[in-house]
Amino acid sequence: MILFKHELRWGRLTLLLWTMVIAFMLGICVLIYPEMKDQMSQISGMFADMGSFSAAFGMDKINFGEFIGYFGVECGNILGLGGAFFASLLGINALAKEEKEQTAEFLLTHPVSRSKIVFQKLWAVITQIFVLNVVAFAVVILTMGIIGETGGLKIVALMFLAYFILQLEISCVCFGISAFISRGGLGIGLGLAAFCYFLNIIANLTEEARFLKYITPFGYTEGADIISRGSIDVKYLSVGLVMTGIGIFIAFYKYTKKDIV
Amino acid sequence: MTAIKTSSLSKYYGRSRGIIDINLTVEEGDFFGFIGPNGAGKSTMIRTLLGLISPSGGKAEIFGKDICRDKREILELTGYMPSEAAFYPNMKVWDVISLSAGLRRIDCTAEAKKLCERLELDTKKKISELSLGNRKKVSVVCALQHMPKLCVLDEPTSGLDPLMQREFYAILEERNKAGAAIFLSSHILSEVRRYCRHAAVIREGRILVTDSIENLGHTGAKRVTVSGINEPPALKDIRDVRVNGDTISFLYGGSPDVLLSKLASLSLSDVSITEPDFEEIFMHYYAKEGKQYDTL
Repeated sequence: MILFKHELRWGRLTLLLWTMVIAFMLGICVLIYPEMKDQMSQISGMFADMGSFSAAFGMDKINFGEFIGYFGVECGNILGLGGAFFASLLGINALAKEEKEQTAEFLLTHPVSRSKIVFQKLWAVITQIFVLNVVAFAVVILTMGIIGETGGLKIVALMFLAYFILQLEISCVCFGISAFISRGGLGIGLGLAAFCYFLNIIANLTEEARFLKYITPFGYTEGADIISRGSIDVKYLSVGLVMTGIGIFIAFYKYTKKDIV
Repeated sequence: MTAIKTSSLSKYYGRSRGIIDINLTVEEGDFFGFIGPNGAGKSTMIRTLLGLISPSGGKAEIFGKDICRDKREILELTGYMPSEAAFYPNMKVWDVISLSAGLRRIDCTAEAKKLCERLELDTKKKISELSLGNRKKVSVVCALQHMPKLCVLDEPTSGLDPLMQREFYAILEERNKAGAAIFLSSHILSEVRRYCRHAAVIREGRILVTDSIENLGHTGAKRVTVSGINEPPALKDIRDVRVNGDTISFLYGGSPDVLLSKLASLSLSDVSITEPDFEEIFMHYYAKEGKQYDTL
């Protein structure tokens, strides 16, 4: 537990900043909805008729005149991208930072098994992601209450759940990669998150590229799908969960054998 | 019981060597020096013993426990001071020291405080504000506060000022008297000779010699200095030849009568035959064929 606490302490400033920025932006987005509403219903048709551009962001299936439709797209961009970047950042640094800062020698010469270290670090990553999402969710609920749009609560909760799982998946895959690198992997982490995001856009564009939704976790967080189905698409989600498991397994497998040079 | 025992311990990084075929025994309660030039494999050896890297071949035991299988038990009995004193930069000194104790799940506050006082370490400072010497002191406290049975120290004195070095060795000697085995790597011969009882010399990944400091000092070689000739006498078993004007000095390892009859045949203006000093002996181990190290 001491390492877990140490990790949270180490990352507290990063967590605070990301949580504040993401929660703030989500809150603002919700709060300006009443003002956007009238304009939205007018341009909703326009948004939906921009052909492949609309499809790319799932706007063809969304009614902007409704709060939930508006939230689906906005939430997708803020919580989806922001959360994915945060998660990849946490995951990719978790193990690698000890070698980058040359503290691995200090940490690993204490009588704590490597698997325990991996476990506590993973647990710290998950906890931080959880905290960010809970705060962001609370802010969204609060602001929804303020503007009096409480109808789509279940869908909003589902979206948050999907994005939470997405962040878990990305962070765990990055966590697995983290076990291999001994320098900063920021580029790899952020690149991977951005890559997944764009993969989903491509998958939205054409029927032939639809299979990409199995690869990218943004496949199961698509706001339009969640709204129209009323649930998260299990076939994409299950691939995501498997990827999460693989990331964790690789991290344990590699790190318990790794040479700390 | 032996503190450290390795048999044919090897580590390769890909195809490049780390250490090759190391057979080493360090008895419990010994004060052991591990000497070698930079890049000889000292740190690789230590990192292998502590489980930071896994050996490519051979075996090693610490207090009878296998370094691969019983890592955790070994680390409980060991205190390690790395050559790079790197810590979490945003933490305060005292927080690092208590984190170290916490990871060991013991409370050794009293001992830690004593050590900090003796080393004049300001525990309220942040790690990032510390000089190398002060970070080294943090390292010393983390390595010794839990009273380990074996202290492994990788080039411990670099960065410490002479006064602190003396205090540091005083602490080590106390620990040693109390029964702890000390294993330290160094390339500073004077400190090894002064404090260690046994030593091993490592070069290019291989152990060249292991013996007591006393025996290492008596190799049978003599330092011969002659004046009045321009080139070294044609003798076998000479090395480390130094020419300074008409004075020539060399190490001689052969039989004395051969040397004396050879010297008698030359017209010399002066001659002296002395015991080589400790440094010279080690230079001999360090030196490669055809190449010699003037300084360490």
